[in-house]
Amino acid sequence: MTVSSPDLKEARYTWGADEFLFVEVDESMSLAANFKVMSIARKLSDAGLPGVVDICPANASLLVRFDPDVLPPSSLESTVRGIERELQNHNQQTLETRIIEVPVWYDDPFTAEVAQRFREGFHQEPDGTDLDYAAKVNGLKDAAEFIRRHHEQPWLVSMVGFVAGLPFLFQLVEREQQLQVPKYLSPRTDTPKLTVGHGGCFAAIYSVRGAGGYQMFGVAAAPIFDPAQSLADFKDFMVFFRPGDIVKFKPVTEEEYNAIQAQVEDGTYRYRQVPVTFDASKALSDPQAYNQELMEALNGI
Amino acid sequence: MAFDIKNPGLATTVQDQGRTGYYNVGIPQSGSMDQYSAELGNALVGNAATDAVLECTYLGPVLVTDADAVVAITGAPVEVKVNGEPQPQWTRLQLSAGDELSFGVIRGGTRYYIAVQGGIDVPVVLGSRSTYTLGGIGGYKGRKLEAGDLVPVGTAHGELPAALEVPESFRPSFDKAQSVRIVMGLYDHRLTDAGKENLLNGEWKVTPVADRMGLRYYGPGVGWKEREQPFGAGSDPSNIVDAGYAVGSIQIPGGTQPIILHRDAVSGGGYAMVATVISADMDLVARAAPGTATTFVAVSQDEAIVARKERAELKSKAWEALGLPG
Repeated sequence: MTVSSPDLKEARYTWGADEFLFVEVDESMSLAANFKVMSIARKLSDAGLPGVVDICPANASLLVRFDPDVLPPSSLESTVRGIERELQNHNQQTLETRIIEVPVWYDDPFTAEVAQRFREGFHQEPDGTDLDYAAKVNGLKDAAEFIRRHHEQPWLVSMVGFVAGLPFLFQLVEREQQLQVPKYLSPRTDTPKLTVGHGGCFAAIYSVRGAGGYQMFGVAAAPIFDPAQSLADFKDFMVFFRPGDIVKFKPVTEEEYNAIQAQVEDGTYRYRQVPVTFDASKALSDPQAYNQELMEALNGI
Repeated sequence: MAFDIKNPGLATTVQDQGRTGYYNVGIPQSGSMDQYSAELGNALVGNAATDAVLECTYLGPVLVTDADAVVAITGAPVEVKVNGEPQPQWTRLQLSAGDELSFGVIRGGTRYYIAVQGGIDVPVVLGSRSTYTLGGIGGYKGRKLEAGDLVPVGTAHGELPAALEVPESFRPSFDKAQSVRIVMGLYDHRLTDAGKENLLNGEWKVTPVADRMGLRYYGPGVGWKEREQPFGAGSDPSNIVDAGYAVGSIQIPGGTQPIILHRDAVSGGGYAMVATVISADMDLVARAAPGTATTFVAVSQDEAIVARKERAELKSKAWEALGLPG
């Protein structure tokens, strides 16, 4: 199948007053929609249009901030529509990206402590844990089974945002295999830094401590936002993830978590990562086999 | 030179015109909430509009200057005191080394600004000195001020304007009632007709849940059209597949309380936005204190662009009134 068409209709164009163009590629989440969003964003960025302030690709939509004193709204819209038409004709399906291993301490004490403080009135099943609840709503045997399903297949960074450097991740599996969990009934005022959360079909890694509504399953062992840029992975920029990155979660024990923390402390930690060409058509036609291929690239280093 | 912070006040932060270009990674624009007031403060002390000021929320700081300094207080009406003696707002003030600047009770609005000749001289992070507290970047060590902080002030780099004060006609008002212009769009098609009617004809009041991230309003509520939700969007009809949030956009989680996203807002999320405040009225929204009665007036994008030009012209005229090149 092709990625940009024929499954996706023409995008919906609408405005956020005088400074924002909003392009909804699809109402539903899908790999095809996300891929089209990323392609439009990249081509718009390459076009180097004066007056474009910020290009924010999201899961299934795109937000463009512009300066109408420099770039009239109609010019911006016609440029983006032109890019969309061009993609329709060319069906570009590959993305030069990287696959990254992200160590996670699942079922950790930090998220458990915060979860304890937000049960009654916040959670669907206040007597249980977030992991038990997630396993149940996905029809899985227990929390361990859910954790296995969470890390055995890779995820795609489908959007970066909410707060500084927070990645939204979309699991690279068939729709019927997607893990889905409702958000908390009411958002918490606290979420531990580096919490691995889940809401709807999306995973997230909370880059900083703060409010949050996603179910909490564990903590990532190394930073993903480093304003001081002290680690080598942050040499170029304080935010680690980029849309299109592929993430493979790796479960770690408390001891392994502490060892990574020590490496972060002394400034030597590096994420295991390798460049890959992501082929969306392969990912869509046989996700399991293609994911094996991606993960082998990571295991090869 | 530096300001020695004796008491930080409620939430005093360093702000300038904000940073753009990093919204795509979740770093908001930040910057002074009421840009017009902050920039006029800079104009009074001979700074560029881009210089950094201190933004004070409700309870201002008590600070002592370690050198002679030229300052101006603009924004929300508040009693200004130098060594305990009342001083006028919107007026250039001369401080001597050792003078203490403090504030009385705010009499409207929410935020006022301390501009100082030379500007607040904290390091530029991603193109701006503005504080983004959630991410811990910019401003003074990425946070609001604390007692004992020594806030660095830069050296004078511009001519002081001929005028000593901003004429009354160029000072913004801080009324208890506002009419805010919005452009409908984004996901407004998901509201019921009655919901749209309520948004545009109802009276909304700013709740105490209002900060640099956004302002929440209380009012008649709106209705969302019932429908089968798309995959990945979440179950409530006000949910969407997580998307980028336009600054100034209005979301109405569950259909009860509209939230206007402001300068420190999260850059995206899963609540449908139904309209966006025009850029020319973002300062007006920033001046709304809790309880402010608000009506939302729908305008076209063309009208928003006209209003944008009018705002730029007003700024030029204010600069000219001070004897500065507009």
